[in-house]
Amino acid sequence: MMKKKVQWFWTWVLGSVVLRLILLFFPKNLNLSSRPEVSTPLTSLRRLAEGYWLKQSSLSPYAGSMYHGSPLLLTLLGPLTVRRIEGQPDHLLCSLVFVIADVVSAMLICAAGEKLKVAYISSLQSLGLHNLTENSEFLPSGDFAALVYLWNPFTIVACVGLSTSAIENLMVVLSLYGACSRLAPLAAFGWVMATHLSLYPAILIIPVILLLGYGPDAPPRKLFCQRKNLEGGNSIPSDSCSEEEAKNQLKVANVFSWRPVVLFLFWALLWSSYVLVLCGIYVQQYGGLQELFKRTYGFILTIQDLSPNIGVLWYFFAEVFDFFRNFFLIVFHGNILLMIAPLALRLNHRPCFLAFVYIVISSMLKSYPSVGDSALYLGLLGLFAYELKDMQFSFFLFSGYIGVSLLSPVMHNLWIWRGTGNANFYFATAIAYVCLQIILVVESVSAMLNHDRKLTKLYTAKLQNIKS
Amino acid sequence: MRRGHRHTHCKCVSNFNGEISVVTVKSLTTANFQRQRKRLQSMALPPLCILLFLVFLLSATSTQQEEEFTEELLLKPLPDRKVLAHFHFQSDSPPLAAADESSSFDRHHHLFPKSISQLVQKYHIKAMELSFTQGRWNYERWGGFDSISSCNAKPPGVELWAVFDVPPHQVDASWKNLTHSLSGLFCASINFLESSTTYSAPEWAFQSALGSLRYGTLPREAVCTENLTPWLKLLPCRDKAGLSYLMDRPSIYRSFYHSQRLHLTMSTDPSDGSRSGIILEQTLTVVVQPSEQKAGMNHVSETKIQPSWSMSSIFGRKISGRCVLAKLSNVYLHAERGLVSQLENLQKNTAKFAANDTGPEDFRRNAGFELSVTPERVHAELEKSSSILYEYPIKEYTDTEQFDLGLMWKHPIVWSSPHGPLYASRFLMGSGNERGAIAISLKSTPGLVAANNVEERCKLKVNVLQIVPWYVKVYYHTLQLVVDERPQALTDFVERMRVSPSLDKVSPGVMEMALQFPCEMKSAVLSIEFDKGFLHIDEYPPDANQGFDIPSAIISFPDFHAGLQFSDKSQSKSPLLSKLQEKSPVLSYTEVLLVPLTTPDFSMPYNVITITCTVFALYFGSLLNVLQRRVGEEERLLKDKVANKAVFLRRVLSKLSAKLRGRSLELTPPAPSWSSSSSFVTPKLILRVLVVAGIAFAWQYYSQ
Repeated sequence: MMKKKVQWFWTWVLGSVVLRLILLFFPKNLNLSSRPEVSTPLTSLRRLAEGYWLKQSSLSPYAGSMYHGSPLLLTLLGPLTVRRIEGQPDHLLCSLVFVIADVVSAMLICAAGEKLKVAYISSLQSLGLHNLTENSEFLPSGDFAALVYLWNPFTIVACVGLSTSAIENLMVVLSLYGACSRLAPLAAFGWVMATHLSLYPAILIIPVILLLGYGPDAPPRKLFCQRKNLEGGNSIPSDSCSEEEAKNQLKVANVFSWRPVVLFLFWALLWSSYVLVLCGIYVQQYGGLQELFKRTYGFILTIQDLSPNIGVLWYFFAEVFDFFRNFFLIVFHGNILLMIAPLALRLNHRPCFLAFVYIVISSMLKSYPSVGDSALYLGLLGLFAYELKDMQFSFFLFSGYIGVSLLSPVMHNLWIWRGTGNANFYFATAIAYVCLQIILVVESVSAMLNHDRKLTKLYTAKLQNIKS
Repeated sequence: MRRGHRHTHCKCVSNFNGEISVVTVKSLTTANFQRQRKRLQSMALPPLCILLFLVFLLSATSTQQEEEFTEELLLKPLPDRKVLAHFHFQSDSPPLAAADESSSFDRHHHLFPKSISQLVQKYHIKAMELSFTQGRWNYERWGGFDSISSCNAKPPGVELWAVFDVPPHQVDASWKNLTHSLSGLFCASINFLESSTTYSAPEWAFQSALGSLRYGTLPREAVCTENLTPWLKLLPCRDKAGLSYLMDRPSIYRSFYHSQRLHLTMSTDPSDGSRSGIILEQTLTVVVQPSEQKAGMNHVSETKIQPSWSMSSIFGRKISGRCVLAKLSNVYLHAERGLVSQLENLQKNTAKFAANDTGPEDFRRNAGFELSVTPERVHAELEKSSSILYEYPIKEYTDTEQFDLGLMWKHPIVWSSPHGPLYASRFLMGSGNERGAIAISLKSTPGLVAANNVEERCKLKVNVLQIVPWYVKVYYHTLQLVVDERPQALTDFVERMRVSPSLDKVSPGVMEMALQFPCEMKSAVLSIEFDKGFLHIDEYPPDANQGFDIPSAIISFPDFHAGLQFSDKSQSKSPLLSKLQEKSPVLSYTEVLLVPLTTPDFSMPYNVITITCTVFALYFGSLLNVLQRRVGEEERLLKDKVANKAVFLRRVLSKLSAKLRGRSLELTPPAPSWSSSSSFVTPKLILRVLVVAGIAFAWQYYSQ
């Protein structure tokens, strides 16, 4: 049974790789790498090649306003953009790197999902709610999420379209996996690299610390407290089989363990200084780190490039009056930061889900969003398939995503290529897309909280049963 | 002083920025005026001093060289039934005497325009060229291998370059001030060149070894009489007398091509290199189509024959005399090499009919055409069958007998102008408003291969200077070279290359390339891809859908020098002739490209702002609502909590009120303290409130 399942999983993984490779051999016909949905100023491989060319001709890679990515990415992918294999399409080596990155992130999602599932089942058992897991079909959420990630059209398009977001996603997933399996150095590496590559994952430090401190997602902590009190009051052995385990579980769930967190912070410091030193060496003769920060993070934060993408901020800042520009920059970036604290307070028992919500919010409000960001959070959504099974508007969201991803290229074509449409048409699809993301994040948070309420209700009912 | 002030009256209708720059010029001259006044005050001394000063002044001026002004006009029939008229005015300001060095600003000028000399003094200009052009020089038909085409064929609109003699960090500031002064002087929007996105600093592909050069163009500047009038005011006779009297505005602006140019160079004194004079060269190049004159020729192929013309038929005016201030006033007629060889062929054919007579009449009346005035002198080039120049000095004429040079064609003659080594043209590739490519195509001209085949392994050097505005985002790594329709590795042909990529909203992208082709090359195409930028709504010009201009690329051939060699060395005192004989590198400009950019919707910024903000407010509100929503027994718990909080609040309030009353905290139960709030209103409290209100009122009153 198990073996069959494993075989089935690997077949689908292989299938997705084969599909990517097939698509890679028609890059001229698809021309995905120039789609605005795929290549933003930050993720475009063409701009990276330009940066590498400038570097090769002994200019600063940041000399023009072309490249705004990390110097490390430049050293990794730059040589691959110029090396060509005879008779093969350009950038084949680069795209192979992206395919590998996609597969590795899928594997990591799968492993993290496995860890989450095990932890969740054991915590439910410790609460005595294991019948909940037995009578409902408990999906192998890790495998499911990995396949969702691999077969998501957004991921495939981003991979075939040579967007560097595949590598950014890999780093984010790496840090989540490291935190789930309590490997502080790995988590720190992933977090530092992800922050270095695209800045927005910096807010993931909160879920990662919570993951390291409290362990993976669990039902609300209050329930464990109640159970502890109950056990203190009258020691009725509820489950003789897993008594010890449950006690351990309780301890783990309630106590914030500082050791891995301190270790994580230490490693984060170490990795970030390492990355900074490497970057410093790379950009030494071109203005140093200050110039680097100005050209990468400054470019992200000030939204200088107004070329269209699937977000709304490009059009907003193309239209907004100049004297309000700074104000709105602060407002939109503040919007990301503003929701951090309330979400962290409310969802601190589910750090993985918290990370997912943060990723959705940042990919919705980030300055240059691409479908690669959506691919990541849609993949992670698969991890919470069981908890979110009662989510509202899921069909509406599904069809909305399909509708927007079909309409948006049409509107773009009408506006840019045919000259018959108007910028507002394309902007309307972008607004619709943002609205979909808003519904997704609000409904998923609401569904998760409802799931917690259900658990609480079941548990209090059970306690009443025991008492009476 | 009069000339110094004159340009402040300049009628400035071009744009509102031009007026600002007029003000800057005005302040310049008023500063000058004040200095003059100070000097006058200092001269209010005993008369002896004045006398001494005058003697000194006289001695100083007598040692100085004279300022010179020359006016010349070159007329040239062009192969495609058009006529080129090239006016050339030159004013020389000799080097300053050592005594005048300190007071260079107050220097007296007889002929040289004071505004220009002030410009040079103030901004430390080493060389400068400003041109206003309308139309495009046709290199294929009008020639690309003589000094007129390489010096006076200019890109459409305004082109300005200047070399400064200041430390590198001050160059940009000088440039900015210069653009403002010039836009005031010439009533043009040259001040738009002030922005760092419009000018650049090419290092070697344009004018090599000149130092701190700045180069900028405004391809869309409309050139009109308001630019010509201030330009004419720099001439001592304006357009009242002399050759400039021919500049009839309608006929100039009706022309196919006209380029009005102002060129400044420093002439260094050979004895002492440090002091320098100024040479101001003003040229106006016009290509006109003469209207068909019915000459009563009953020739068979009358339609094929070139239209005969005269000065009065081209300009509608005749020359009635020279500008009396001019040292030299000449009109030349230039017959090109191609024309002369055709004429000789014709001569040979007709030789059997006509006796071979010699003398000046021969030049006036040859087989091909007839001139209405006999030339004073004829210059022929050294080589056999090369171009001929007819010279006509302008004398004083009476009203009845005016100078009107005319050319009457007798035979249809077909010839071609000398071509440059390569034809350069530039075009855009791709469609849509997202991306595209610029291609520069170089095609070999017929004469080149034959001329250079003699040499062993001959190489053709080409310099390319391409400046693109920042909103055309060029990917330099996509640069491709196709030679003879085969893609080639760039490194085989590029000798050296300098790229300074464009920075968004800061600087344009500059690409300088030195290419080396084999001479037998037929064609070469350089192409480079770009993405079209998206601008902020305010950065679009009023006619945004017209598109944006990419300024001309400059193609120069450093190994080729255009220049005529005349046998007569005595004519070197004529500036125009020496200009024609000067070995200048061959230079050609490509077309200006028009790039349509995508426009956002200009009409509804408010809608975009409000809709976007609404969406984000919705997100914030609904997410916060979900997070703090309580259901079921959670509601009850919350109410309990709120109740607790209310009690707490009441206690805090009571403590506060107790403090306010200045009494020690009484441990009374909260309820009575709440009810006895009437004791709150004491006269002391009212007084305090009144005092505070009074202070606030007073502050409000006085701050306004």
